[in-house]
Amino acid sequence: MTVKDVKDDGPPRTVPLQSATFSNPVNAEIRRAAATGIYDIRGGGAKRRVPHFDDLLFLGASVSRYPLEGYRERCDTKVTLGTRFAKKPIELDIPVTIAGMSFGALSGRAKEALGRGASEAGTSTTTGDGGMTPEERGHSTKLVYQYLPSRYGMNPDDLRKADAIEIVVGQGAKPGGGGMLLGQKISDRVADMRNLPKGIDQRSACRHPDWTGPDDLEIKILELREITAWEKPIYVKVGGTRPYYDVALAVKAGADVVVLDGMQGGTAATQDVFIEHVGLPTLACIRPAVQALQDLGVHREVQLIVSGGIRSGADVAKAMALGADAVAIGTAALIALGDNDPKWEAEYQKLGTTTGAYDDWHEGRDPAGITTQDPELQARLDPVDAGRRLRNYLNVMTLEAQTIARACGHNNLHNLEPEDLCALTMEAAAMARVPLAGTDWWPGKPGTGF
Amino acid sequence: MQTYDLEAEGLRGLNSALHAQSETTNQTKWEIVNPKGSHAIAVGLDAPIEVNVKGSTGYYCAGMNKQATILVHGSAGPGVAENMMSGTVIIDGDASQYAGATGHGGTLVIKGNASSRCGISMKGIDIVVHGNVGHMSAFMAQSGNLVVCGDAGDALGDSIYEARLFVRGSVKSLGADCIEKEMRPEHIEILRDLLEKGGCDAKPEEFRRYGSARQLYTFKIDNAY
Repeated sequence: MTVKDVKDDGPPRTVPLQSATFSNPVNAEIRRAAATGIYDIRGGGAKRRVPHFDDLLFLGASVSRYPLEGYRERCDTKVTLGTRFAKKPIELDIPVTIAGMSFGALSGRAKEALGRGASEAGTSTTTGDGGMTPEERGHSTKLVYQYLPSRYGMNPDDLRKADAIEIVVGQGAKPGGGGMLLGQKISDRVADMRNLPKGIDQRSACRHPDWTGPDDLEIKILELREITAWEKPIYVKVGGTRPYYDVALAVKAGADVVVLDGMQGGTAATQDVFIEHVGLPTLACIRPAVQALQDLGVHREVQLIVSGGIRSGADVAKAMALGADAVAIGTAALIALGDNDPKWEAEYQKLGTTTGAYDDWHEGRDPAGITTQDPELQARLDPVDAGRRLRNYLNVMTLEAQTIARACGHNNLHNLEPEDLCALTMEAAAMARVPLAGTDWWPGKPGTGF
Repeated sequence: MQTYDLEAEGLRGLNSALHAQSETTNQTKWEIVNPKGSHAIAVGLDAPIEVNVKGSTGYYCAGMNKQATILVHGSAGPGVAENMMSGTVIIDGDASQYAGATGHGGTLVIKGNASSRCGISMKGIDIVVHGNVGHMSAFMAQSGNLVVCGDAGDALGDSIYEARLFVRGSVKSLGADCIEKEMRPEHIEILRDLLEKGGCDAKPEEFRRYGSARQLYTFKIDNAY
C-alpha cells in the first residue's frame, strides 16, 4: 500500500446501516405524526407479514391417495347457508361470497358491479354500513343485509327484501372499533340515507345500541326472526380475536351462519394502528372456530364463512380444508373491479402513492372510481365491464380450488380436510394444526408434550 | 276486538296474525292477554291497527313498528319501539334501557320513567317521557326530539348530532359536545305539539333545550398525507 492509496480511499469504514427498529417507514410515520398531531387513517387490511395461507401446502395424491381427473371428473362447489333454523336457506353455486362493503365507502356503480359479477358467478353480495340501495338489490340475485351498530338506513322493508341478515358484531380490520366515513364522501345521497348532515366526518358506533352480550343477542335474533317470519338465514359476523369463544357464543345465541374475519380483512377507513395491531391473522382463527363448532356438535349445521386475505383458489381450498364452509372476499373483489390498477399510476403518483399501495380510500379521490362519491371519478367505472371482471375472477378462483381438490382426490370442495395440508413454518403449523412439512408433528399436537 | 292469549297460543302465531293485517283490514283492534314479559311482542307491524298489550313486556316490544298504535298497559323491557319507522307506541308504566333506540319516525310515549340510553342513535323519532331518563340518553342521537318532563341522568346527549333534547327538570351532566341552546319561539311551538301528542300537561316554557355544539363533526387536522 502506498501513501497515495491511503489518502485516496482512506481506511476501511463501516457502511451506513439502517435500523431494523427505526426503519425509514417508521421514521416517516414519526415525522408525519409530529407534523400533524393526528393518527393515520387509511383503508384496506393489515399490510404486515403474518402467517397466512401461503405458509401451507397441499400434499396431493400419490400411491396412498387416488386423484380425480382435472377437467373431466366432477367436483361440486355448491354450498347452502342457513340450514339450521331459516325456512329459506341461501343456495350458492360457489363457496366464494362478496363481503359487506357499504354504499358510501363505495360508489353506487361499484356496488352495482359487485352485484352483477357475483350474480353471474352464482354467489351473494353483502350490503354495508349505510343501508341497502336499489342498485345493489336490483343487481344481486342473492343479497345479505348487514345489521350494524349504527343502524344507518335500517328499516323493516329492506330487511324483508334481503335473502339473509348479517348481524355485524365486529370485523377483522378493527375488532372492537366502529366505522368511519369522512366528510369528503358524505354526499347528499349518502347523508340522506344515514340521517346525517352532509359533509361531516361520520363515526359509526362500535357497539350495538340495544343489546350487550350473548344473552341479549339471542333475544335480538329472535326479534329479527319474528319480523322476517323465520325465513331469512341469520349470520353473525365477528372479527378474529377469541374465535373459539366468539363462535361458541354466536351459536348459543342462535346464529345460522358465523362469519369470521381475520386481520387481513379490509376496511374503508380506520386508524392504521388499529388495522396493524389489533386482532388475529385469518390463519390463526379457523381451527379454533371449527373446534368450537365441533365441540357443540354443529359443524356443517352452522356454516362458517372465513374472510380476510383470500386471494386465490388455493386460499379458498386451504380455508375449506381447515373446516370453513365458504369464504368471503372484499379487497380482492375491489382489485378485480379495477382498484389499484397500474393504468392509473400517474394519478396515484399525484396523490403521493403508487399502484398497489393506494389505501387512502377515505379521501374519496380514488382514481379508479371505486371508493369515491365524486361523480366524475365514479363515471370511470363501467359497472358492466367491472362486473364481468369480477365474474371471471370468481370463476377462476373456483376452477383453481376444484383443481386442487381433484388433485387431493375429492369430488366436492367440502371434502377437503386438514389431512390434505402441511405447513412450511412452525407458526403456520401451530395455527393451522397441520404437520410441519416432512414431519407428522405440529406445535401443540396432543400427546407430543409440546 | 281480536283477543290473543299469548301464553296459550305462542309468539309466532301472534306476530304472524298481526303481520297478516293490511292497510284495509277491518280487524283494527287487538288485545293481547298474558304477555308475561315475553320478548318481541308485536314486532315488525305494518298496518293501521291498534294493539293493546294487557301487561308488561320483555325485550323489543313494538320493534320496527310502522303505522300501528301499540299500547302497553304495564311496563316495557329493553329496546321498546327500537327502530320504529312510524305509528305510535305508548307505555303506561316504565321503560327499560334503549327505549326508542335508532327510531326513524313515529311517536313513543313513556308515562313513567325511562332507563339508560333512552333515544340512543335516534334518527327522527319523537320520544316523550313523563318521568325521568337514565344516563347516556340520546347518545349519538341523529335527529328527532326527546322530551323529558322529569330529570335526565349523566352524560345526556353524548356525541349528539342534530336531535333536539327538551328537559324540564335537572340534567345531572351533559355528554361530549352537548350544550344548552336557546329556546326560540319555533322550539316552543315544536315542544307544545310534542307535549300535546304525549298527553302531558307541562308547559313548554318550563323546559330547557339541548343540542349539539357541532365540535365533533370534523377531525380538526388534515390527515391527507
